[in-house]
Amino acid sequence: MDRVPLVDYLVLDDEPHLVAHECRGCGARYFDRRCACANCSGQEFRDVEVQRVGTLRTFTIVAFAAEGVKVPYVAGVIDCGGTAVRGNVVNVPPDPDQVRSGMKVRLTTVSVGVDPTGVEAVGFGFEPID
Amino acid sequence: MAENVWILGIHMTRFGKYRDKDAVDLGAESALAAMADAGVTMQDIGVLSAGNLLGSVGFGQALQKQIGQTGIPVYNVGNACATGATALRVAVMAIKAGECDMGLAVGVEKLSGAGLLTGNARKEEGGPWVREGRFGEVAPLDGLIGTETMPGIFAQIGMEYAHRYGGADFELFARISEKNHAHSTLNPKAAYQKRMSLEEIMNDVMIAYPNTRAMCSANCDGAAAAVLVGEGKLRTLSQDQQRRAVKISASVLTSDPWRDGCQVLPDINTLTRQAAETAYEQAGIGPEDLDLVELHDCFASAELVHYDNLGLCEPGGAVEFFRSGAPWRGGRLPVNVSGGLQSKGHPISATGIANVWEVATHLRGEAGPRQIEGARVGLAHVIGLGSACGVHILEKAAV
Ligand SMILES: [Zn+2]
Repeated sequence: MDRVPLVDYLVLDDEPHLVAHECRGCGARYFDRRCACANCSGQEFRDVEVQRVGTLRTFTIVAFAAEGVKVPYVAGVIDCGGTAVRGNVVNVPPDPDQVRSGMKVRLTTVSVGVDPTGVEAVGFGFEPID
Repeated sequence: MAENVWILGIHMTRFGKYRDKDAVDLGAESALAAMADAGVTMQDIGVLSAGNLLGSVGFGQALQKQIGQTGIPVYNVGNACATGATALRVAVMAIKAGECDMGLAVGVEKLSGAGLLTGNARKEEGGPWVREGRFGEVAPLDGLIGTETMPGIFAQIGMEYAHRYGGADFELFARISEKNHAHSTLNPKAAYQKRMSLEEIMNDVMIAYPNTRAMCSANCDGAAAAVLVGEGKLRTLSQDQQRRAVKISASVLTSDPWRDGCQVLPDINTLTRQAAETAYEQAGIGPEDLDLVELHDCFASAELVHYDNLGLCEPGGAVEFFRSGAPWRGGRLPVNVSGGLQSKGHPISATGIANVWEVATHLRGEAGPRQIEGARVGLAHVIGLGSACGVHILEKAAV
């Protein structure tokens, strides 16, 4: 089945990973399409691979969201070797006793759905490392 | 040095639900009342700044058509939840620049029944995947890559502080909310004036852990307006006007400077710290001199971090500050004696003027049963995610 990544900073190869745009001037990292660097205004970037394992910096358990968003789920920010990444914490019960800031997590992929032409969109999340 | 600017008149409507009034009606009600409070008319006003995020583009002009078309410049402003503070700032700047000696700032929102402000309802799916937006996303990302909802973002901000410094858990956040709901019982202008027990708050519908519904700002309708005057002009006015005038000792607006990770999770701390530091410096006043604070408790988890950001406690000491009882109305430094956004309500563009109204009303000694006795100095803070932060420090008139 053909697959497309949910976002263009997710690379789906044998070892799925995230790619950031790193400012050549100051090293600031971004995931969106850039005009210039918000830190130093530099306009030159290079793509860098983001570490696949990290530490959960903070989280919330979203229980109420816009129509169409499946709840509850764990949303968080992961520190991947110094790069902050937004993502869901998956493969863990959405329970404050089961999730804690500081826990070690690793990148994993999550299916988002299949379109009428049979193409599957694949997103990512972070799962606890036992 | 530009002259000092004072509040000559100020007003907020009762916050709540207004079925028969639109944004212009509410804005006009508050603007007219602020001018009556000031003892002036539209003929005296040299500049109008107006904010109404959910309304029409020319809200200020629509307002003029109801209260007085005098040909003065109108600035329609928008800065998320800091829109009201921005409207005030524009009037302050016009007076400081010497363009006029009196200005009117108005903020209004009709927000009753608005529900969760996500702005990101999932589109109908069905077609083939199409890349859109700055991330080249094939589907809306809220819920798939973290959360974009306000309750979720502010929950993470509070949880990050809790993890860094310890001592804060679900119950502590709920206790902050318990304080604000208790305070609201003395405020007849609050949308909700119901005391809630800790148990009721913790057992309310969970929105985004650790914030339950009772710990989130209340959507409602409301307006607030202020008449500002330069000190030179004020000294030509009556003794009574001078006595009730409130000095704006600091008026500061900041945006969020770049920090590592700030585009992943908004950093609401740095810009608030910078606004507070600049405001204390402008006013020549420190946090230890404050008699009351109205801060932007859009969620219980936000109030905790702002104790620290505004310097009300030692760095890292927000939990201890709260546990000491300091921010209760009988405490060392009462915070949100109005009931805060969680119970008074949060009609977005009105909020940044309404919190100034609350502080000014105490400094004038006109707050009735909820008066903080002997209040001489107060601080009003708002933050709009994106971000914009407004801090105003107010002082009672010496005359
Ligand atoms: Zn840079």
